[in-house]
Amino acid sequence: MADLFTILAVTAGAVLFLAGTVGLLRFPGTLARLHALTKVDNLGLGLVVLGLMPQMGLLAAAKMLAVWLLVQFSGAIVTQILARSARGEGER
Amino acid sequence: METAFDIVLALLLLGVGGWSVIARNMMTAVIVFIAYGLLLSLAWVRLHAIDVSLTEAAIGSGATGLLMVIAAHKVAGDTKRVVQLSRGFHALAAVFAALVAIGIAALAFVLPGEPVSLAAPVLARLPESGLGNPVAGVLFVFRSFDTLLEKVVLLLALTGVWALARDEDWGGVPGLRLFPERHSVLGLLARTLPPIGFVFAIYMTWAGADVPGGAFQGGTVLAAMWILVMVAGVRKAPRVSSPLLRLAIVTGPVVFLLIGFLGFLTPGAFLAYPEGFAKPLIVAMEIALTLSIAVILGLLIAGPPKGEDAP
Repeated sequence: MADLFTILAVTAGAVLFLAGTVGLLRFPGTLARLHALTKVDNLGLGLVVLGLMPQMGLLAAAKMLAVWLLVQFSGAIVTQILARSARGEGER
Repeated sequence: METAFDIVLALLLLGVGGWSVIARNMMTAVIVFIAYGLLLSLAWVRLHAIDVSLTEAAIGSGATGLLMVIAAHKVAGDTKRVVQLSRGFHALAAVFAALVAIGIAALAFVLPGEPVSLAAPVLARLPESGLGNPVAGVLFVFRSFDTLLEKVVLLLALTGVWALARDEDWGGVPGLRLFPERHSVLGLLARTLPPIGFVFAIYMTWAGADVPGGAFQGGTVLAAMWILVMVAGVRKAPRVSSPLLRLAIVTGPVVFLLIGFLGFLTPGAFLAYPEGFAKPLIVAMEIALTLSIAVILGLLIAGPPKGEDAP
């Protein structure tokens, strides 16, 4: 049961990674590309972490959750900075 | 399955490495080089060398990458500062680089048939030091003289960076000013992340005695937090003439040397530890070194002192 959940969630995460990469390569414009990338950061990585959690001990699962939260946080901020500089607003 | 992963990883490394060499744009080359470092740290994980992997990701990819991004950013659009080399010079450099690569690759084929491994004797005597991580054991017990020299080299590198300052800027504030104003979005990150980073860095240094980690990795995380704070403009870089700053820079090597000379008194040799005190002394050295490495790396990235209105 746990293995089935892992396979489903990690596969879904991998599909999102693939879709996000295709979007990063094919979408026109910086903002659209960033939009594709955030799906990978948030949902893709989140699904991979969620899928791997039942395979780990409690402490390791908590560590992976922390990694996901940190990536979400820094990803959101870096995306903001990139988007602002792409729109020519500079550093504000 | 694992072999397939390793083959893909090796091919990716070759491809990304080659891309970084032939990239026309300097910034592209630098960014590809950072990706190359991250892939390389993955390769070290596959070789079960977690300590090397952490160092590669932190120093090889992170700190070096950041230095090169800053350098590429500084010369971008400034054609006077980009030295145009002739085609022949490029070819000559390529030939020499290829010769070095072939030489190193050839070494792999002339290795003695039976690999000479010191792993067994190291593991046999490691418990005497009280350490659990064999890498820390090699760094601080079996080859501590090399480790001492490594830390002193960092001091020399920092002196070299500072020497690039103009005379009138000597002793001033390092010239890392990526954003003219305080950056509000980055400021949020620079206020939220450092507490987490500090705890993580202390954990890495402390745990380094028994599991992968240690002074270099912990110090790099601390340095990254400091750089984030400086770049976001939350806190300014200190003047490099500040006595407190200079004390922090030399603390690591000084504690290392003091403990080294202490070895003359009790067991009777340089860098030898008194019976039963090896682990506490090594942990003391690691803590002092973490502080120094963090400050030195931060200042290396911050660059030479520069006046406010200097170009």
